[in-house]
Amino acid sequence: MAETAIEFVDVVKRYGDATAVDRINFSIGKGELVTFLGPSGCGKTTSLRLIAGLELPSEGQVKIAGRDVSRDPASERNVGMVFQSYALFPHMSVLDNVSYGPTIRGVSKADARDQARAILDQVGLGGLEARLPSELSGGQQQRVAVARAIVQQPDVLLFDEPLSNVDAKLRRKVRAEIRDLQQRFGLTAVYVTHDQEEALAVSDRIVVMKMGQIAQIGTPSELYEQPSSAFVADFIGDANLIEGRVAAGTFSAAHLSLPVDAADGAHTATIRPERITLAAGGAAIISSASYLGSRMEYVVQDEDLEFLVSRPISEPRLAAGDAVDLQIDPADLILVQ
Amino acid sequence: MTLKLTSDRAGIAWLGLLALSLVAFPWYKGAPIWQGPAASALSEGMSGHGWLWPLIAIVVALGAATFTRKWQQSNIALWLTLGAMFLYLWQGFAVGLRGPSQAWVGGVFEAAADGQTGLGWGGFLAGAALVGLLSDLIASRGFCRGERFASFCITAIVAALTAFVFFPILKLGLAAFVDTDGNLALGTFWARITAPDLWGLNCLVGGGRCGVVINTVILGVLSATLATLLGLALALLVNRTDFRMKRALRAISILPIITPPFVVGVAIILLFGRTGLVTSGVADLLDVRPGRWVYGLPGILIAQVLAFAPVTFLVLLSTLEAINPTLEEAARTLGAKSMKTFRSVTWPLLRPGLAAAFLLAFIESLADFGNPIVLGGGYEVLSIKIFFAVVGARYDLGNAATLAMILLALTLIAFWLQMRWMGNKSYVTVTGKSDAGLASPLPGVLKIGVFAVVLPWVIFTLAVYIIIVTGGFVTDVGRWDLTPTFQHIVTAFRFEFEDGLQLYGSAWDSMMTTLWVAALAAPLTTLIGILTAWLVARQDFAGRRAFEFGTMLSFAIPGTVVGVSYVAAFNVPPVDITGTAAILIICFVFRNMPVGMRAGLAALAQIDRSMEEASQTMGAGGLTTLRRVVLPLIKPAVFTALVYSFVTAMTAVSAVIFLVSARHNMATAYIMGRVEAGEYALAIAYSAVLMIVMIVCVVVIQGIVGTRKLGRRKELQGKGQVPEPAE
Ligand SMILES: Nc1ncnc2c1ncn2[C@@H]1O[C@H](COP(=O)(O)OP(=O)(O)OP(=O)(O)O)[C@@H](O)[C@H]1O
Ligand SMILES: [Mg+2]
Repeated sequence: MAETAIEFVDVVKRYGDATAVDRINFSIGKGELVTFLGPSGCGKTTSLRLIAGLELPSEGQVKIAGRDVSRDPASERNVGMVFQSYALFPHMSVLDNVSYGPTIRGVSKADARDQARAILDQVGLGGLEARLPSELSGGQQQRVAVARAIVQQPDVLLFDEPLSNVDAKLRRKVRAEIRDLQQRFGLTAVYVTHDQEEALAVSDRIVVMKMGQIAQIGTPSELYEQPSSAFVADFIGDANLIEGRVAAGTFSAAHLSLPVDAADGAHTATIRPERITLAAGGAAIISSASYLGSRMEYVVQDEDLEFLVSRPISEPRLAAGDAVDLQIDPADLILVQ
Repeated sequence: MTLKLTSDRAGIAWLGLLALSLVAFPWYKGAPIWQGPAASALSEGMSGHGWLWPLIAIVVALGAATFTRKWQQSNIALWLTLGAMFLYLWQGFAVGLRGPSQAWVGGVFEAAADGQTGLGWGGFLAGAALVGLLSDLIASRGFCRGERFASFCITAIVAALTAFVFFPILKLGLAAFVDTDGNLALGTFWARITAPDLWGLNCLVGGGRCGVVINTVILGVLSATLATLLGLALALLVNRTDFRMKRALRAISILPIITPPFVVGVAIILLFGRTGLVTSGVADLLDVRPGRWVYGLPGILIAQVLAFAPVTFLVLLSTLEAINPTLEEAARTLGAKSMKTFRSVTWPLLRPGLAAAFLLAFIESLADFGNPIVLGGGYEVLSIKIFFAVVGARYDLGNAATLAMILLALTLIAFWLQMRWMGNKSYVTVTGKSDAGLASPLPGVLKIGVFAVVLPWVIFTLAVYIIIVTGGFVTDVGRWDLTPTFQHIVTAFRFEFEDGLQLYGSAWDSMMTTLWVAALAAPLTTLIGILTAWLVARQDFAGRRAFEFGTMLSFAIPGTVVGVSYVAAFNVPPVDITGTAAILIICFVFRNMPVGMRAGLAALAQIDRSMEEASQTMGAGGLTTLRRVVLPLIKPAVFTALVYSFVTAMTAVSAVIFLVSARHNMATAYIMGRVEAGEYALAIAYSAVLMIVMIVCVVVIQGIVGTRKLGRRKELQGKGQVPEPAE
């Protein structure tokens, strides 16, 4: 990995008795886009605010560009942040909003405006400089917020659920734009979302969080293909969680028995729905079949286990009540804690 | 050690200021500022004032501590600073005006026998620097998320509130336990507090007069009851009938705020006094001897009800508006008659509002000074008695303090009840209108009742204000001599141009002082009020609730009590500022700042705090954020605070009356003098001029503050989807 841009060392954040962030460690490389992903209340926003300096850690260190900034207020860190509500200043024009940061940091008014104009052109808002934020569409406001955050060339760019105010159709487009901008400017970015699809689409790496702790860090494909826990497997994409036993190198549950490399005892294994193939005639029964346009989704009952299976539409269709055999490539079975 | 971070520089700067204040400015008051070092703490210390040495020494130690690494986060720096604060206070209190306050101090320092005067520039700056230094040290430990500006504001406001609100009250409380020679005397206290002229019940049982506490409570209860009823009638009229002059009523309800004190009392005397218009009219008609009935409880009651009805009206109007009409509709669809609906649905919902209005009026009645002094006759209330205990011939601070403590206790009980009823809601901001359904009209009987109450009030208000408007410009309104004249205005405000402008009128001095004091106090009050609101709304710091409560508490203290407490606290070292304009300004600032705070809180609640956070992440400190982002968005609140504090500074009387001096006389005190001398026309003329000046000033303030501009869709949440609030 290249130079480290952000580092958390044993960071804890408590509010009274509640612990929002519970001793987490990670580092983010320069130019990377890292996503914090997790269920509601797991501490994503808090972690982001700890980077920004809008919260100070109760314990541990936050480092930006190698410097310990744990006790520095937000105004003394060089970060840019795009807020969920955009937080544009309603009494300032678009141009004043974007040139606000540079003027604060001592750039002359004329230069600040030039910088702002240049960035606004880059994000495709040229010509709207004189408008007030209330005179822009939601998507345009979002781009002003991004322009305002990147105009000062921050060490880190932070996004807190930037797409939650954008309607579903626009979301794909805007998230591609954000990714594009981030790469064009070579920015280090941290992105908070609770939408796993969004996280998979934009991130270099994902930090999956659970109750204030880190469940797993990895690239999208690592997390999808080698989840380290049932929680991660279940949170990212769909997963079948199978409780079974390992004896003499064989994992068995219901009618399955697959070779694995693990010690004897009870284990949980996961398998993705699209990794299971179905062959007609077997011990398992299809209990429901749903047509989803691009694929078929079956729920298959095998003794006391229920499997979710997803098959391309091009395969012969099966119906509820059909007897099937579940076929699994041992390589696709992942044992988790 | 590097000085790269602004954080390091802030601490050093405070320390530098502290050092300067000790060596380069006159430590005591009286010495002109250009005497500088020669009168500084250092020189005073060397010329015998040895009790200054510990402070100087600890500051030197602090200077040495800065050479250690990360000194701002070290415990040593914090303890040294706290120690310096303690020694700063100690040097002020250890030696009084006429000698040491404790025997051992006199033993150690010979010069202590000569006493010391109050603090001057050096002393003041040292206090400020210590507060700044402390705020800086706690900020670097993470207080206020490390924001120095916020940390400084909190520390400074807490220090100021302590010095100018709690310290005087504490001092006053202590004065209640001390006899005239300054010795602790519990017996005297007991004698004072159980005095029969406080608690006597003779007016209720048998004949005679009641004690002053009983009088005060009776007046408060009656006045609050009547004012609440009148307010209710007005609110029902506006909200539940097709009466369409809402605006006019709201305008009238502002009048008492800009009406100088005494003048309503004077108008009432001119109407109902022994030679009053109404009295003599009625006497002629019925052929009875005109009486003095208006002096005493009846007169004060009339004046107070007139003055407090607007407040109760506003409270009850917002309560009525907040009642969801669907509830009443539901009752009616269930078959209830309109009277029954009113009794079973509307009335219970109104009750909390009624209680709140009652308590508010009760508190105001307790604090009222202007009306009882003009109309009281022999009817004594606490505020008056306190005044005469300090200002009258028999100066008795101990007695005044005891009475003030009783008044304060009564007020705080009412205040506490009111807080419990209303929670933290401010009655002016509650306009929770529901959009569904129409409020049910008033039952016929009640409607007649409402008009029967409101109509006399309208006539009476008109009569009073006609007298106020015309009384100053006719020869003698009291004797029905209506020859127009400018004679009174000339007496008060004569000026000529000979070698420039010459002011001859007898009122010019007080007018100028009043304008100056108001013009200085208003921006300061607003600044502190809005800052406090911002801190309470936006900063999570330990003790935030206590902080908010403390500021509100300072609002609850009756003006008379504030007045005596300032007399008790600020005519001796270390802060000896009686007789200056500063004490007037300070008094106004801390009395009125809670209003600015309330206005600010209401405005800030509508503004998403992420805008401020965005500003911070872009590198703006608290001050810049406040100036460039927050203030432009809460302009209406700034305007409210400015106008309120300006107008109150011009019309306040209860606290001010204790603090004026020959050099710094205020308009209200001057008017009171004229009223006491029976020069009613002059008093009225001056009041009319004051009102005009106030209106002009409000317009000017409006021009300076300006309005905020938010574009087509007014929105404050930082995103576009917020609909415009329904008018
Ligand atoms: N100012 C605060 N005071 C007290 N508790 C807080 C505060 N801010 C956050 N918390 C708590 O800390 C925990 C983590 O909050 P955080 O906002 O980081 O969650 P999140 O992961 O961003 O959730 P979401 O996806 O819902 O936004 C929550 O349990 C929350 O209740
Ligand atoms: Mg969140």
